[in-house]
Amino acid sequence: MSTTTRPLPSLRNVTSSRQTPAELDTGCKIEAEKLNFFYGENRALQDISVKIKPNVVTAFIGPSGCGKSTFLRTLNRMNDIIPATRVEGRVLIDGTDIYRSGMDVVELRRRVGMVFQKSNPFPKSIFENVAYGLRINAMAGSKSELAGRVEESLKRAALWDEVKDRLHESALAMSGGQQQRLCIARALAVRPDILLMDEPASALDPIATQRIEELVYDLKTNYTIVIVTHNMQQAARVSDYTAFFWLGRLVEYDRTDKIFTAPAQKLTEDYVTGRFG
Amino acid sequence: MERQVPHFREELEALQGRLLEMGGLAEERVRAAVHGLVSRDGSLFDRILIGDEPINQLHVEIDNRCFRLLALHQPMATDLRAIVAAVKINTDLERVGDLAVNIAEAGKRYITHPPVKQLIDIPKMGDIAQAMLRDALDAFVKRDISLAQQVLNEDDRLDGLKTQVFRDLLTFMLKDQGTVEPALDLILVSRHLERIGDHATNIAEDVIFMVSALDVRHHGPAPVE
Repeated sequence: MSTTTRPLPSLRNVTSSRQTPAELDTGCKIEAEKLNFFYGENRALQDISVKIKPNVVTAFIGPSGCGKSTFLRTLNRMNDIIPATRVEGRVLIDGTDIYRSGMDVVELRRRVGMVFQKSNPFPKSIFENVAYGLRINAMAGSKSELAGRVEESLKRAALWDEVKDRLHESALAMSGGQQQRLCIARALAVRPDILLMDEPASALDPIATQRIEELVYDLKTNYTIVIVTHNMQQAARVSDYTAFFWLGRLVEYDRTDKIFTAPAQKLTEDYVTGRFG
Repeated sequence: MERQVPHFREELEALQGRLLEMGGLAEERVRAAVHGLVSRDGSLFDRILIGDEPINQLHVEIDNRCFRLLALHQPMATDLRAIVAAVKINTDLERVGDLAVNIAEAGKRYITHPPVKQLIDIPKMGDIAQAMLRDALDAFVKRDISLAQQVLNEDDRLDGLKTQVFRDLLTFMLKDQGTVEPALDLILVSRHLERIGDHATNIAEDVIFMVSALDVRHHGPAPVE
């Protein structure tokens, strides 16, 4: 095997001509404007400006530590719970700045659901996992309405047929892939319109991964989905648009087919072809 | 955080090496076929007619290498374009090999007749077609778009010569019916050489696509959609 090494590329090579794809100029669901994020003194995101379209899947790719997960978590203010962090700039969802004073963060997180890398069902029954958000948000008026909403969410997460006869068994007895779809059902139960997914399939086997990917594809009809993934083939398979992050900056953002067949930036090219990262 | 060049790159380089080998074989066969015609050397034709096997083997081997690289490495961007280009160039080179055989067959028939005329334009066409092939493959190796563009420009010259050869030989055929058979073979040869130029053009277009992602076929350029 060759032992030739290549130096890591520098951000200086990124041309300033990066532009949001023209088709994203209208009807954007989420818009970041010059967003900066700090962990203490460390600036983890630098001047991120991006428009995310409704009812499409947008993938964030980039090497570890590039800021993609941090940026994802700024979209429903999940970073608020990390001490000594600070945000500058704006994030607009449907035109409203989610960092404005008086913002109801609980309501924001209901509208902007999140699914994490490691499935994290509550140590409760399958039914209660999905019903939980509905109960604490008082979103179901009667038992039958609650049951109906649980069923609807499990169906949307493509899990109903597998669990309908054991709704009251522990969620922890499910397989990893089922647990992840349960977490998606739980997020869907409170009727969000945006779904953030942080490496949702990275701990799953190929068959469970495929089910999650199919689910993502089906869900985009009704939801705006943003997915962080280390797996570039996954980004290529499931997303309509892809954003490439590097050292806290957004290097390139374009249609997914463009990013993976003919990216405009050399840095993107080097990353997607495995020349670094 | 530096990393080794993965074995994928070595395999891509090996693929490129095999394509060049195939290009060299194809070019050599075109050269031998035209030389056989000019020197009326039947042994050269026989060598071409029985010697197609190495090119055919390479054709299959290169396709298999491309399939394997696509399946196992799922390449992206420039690597993806390079492998797709390699598949297409492979087909073009195999066709060039076949056309050399066609020229040899026509040549073999031709030298059973007295010469129709001194051959001037056909050797010229042979030189141009070989140069186009060589430049197209050089452009592939060097990822040189301007050299690829030169190949595209050369194609018009080859088309012009083919028309000239046809007109010339038509005059001979009209004057002397005895020349019809050998003259038709020469017309066929010019047609085969013109087709070789078309394959070199295809290769040049693939090189431009591989390097710049621009599709210049059918009077492009248009961005990849």
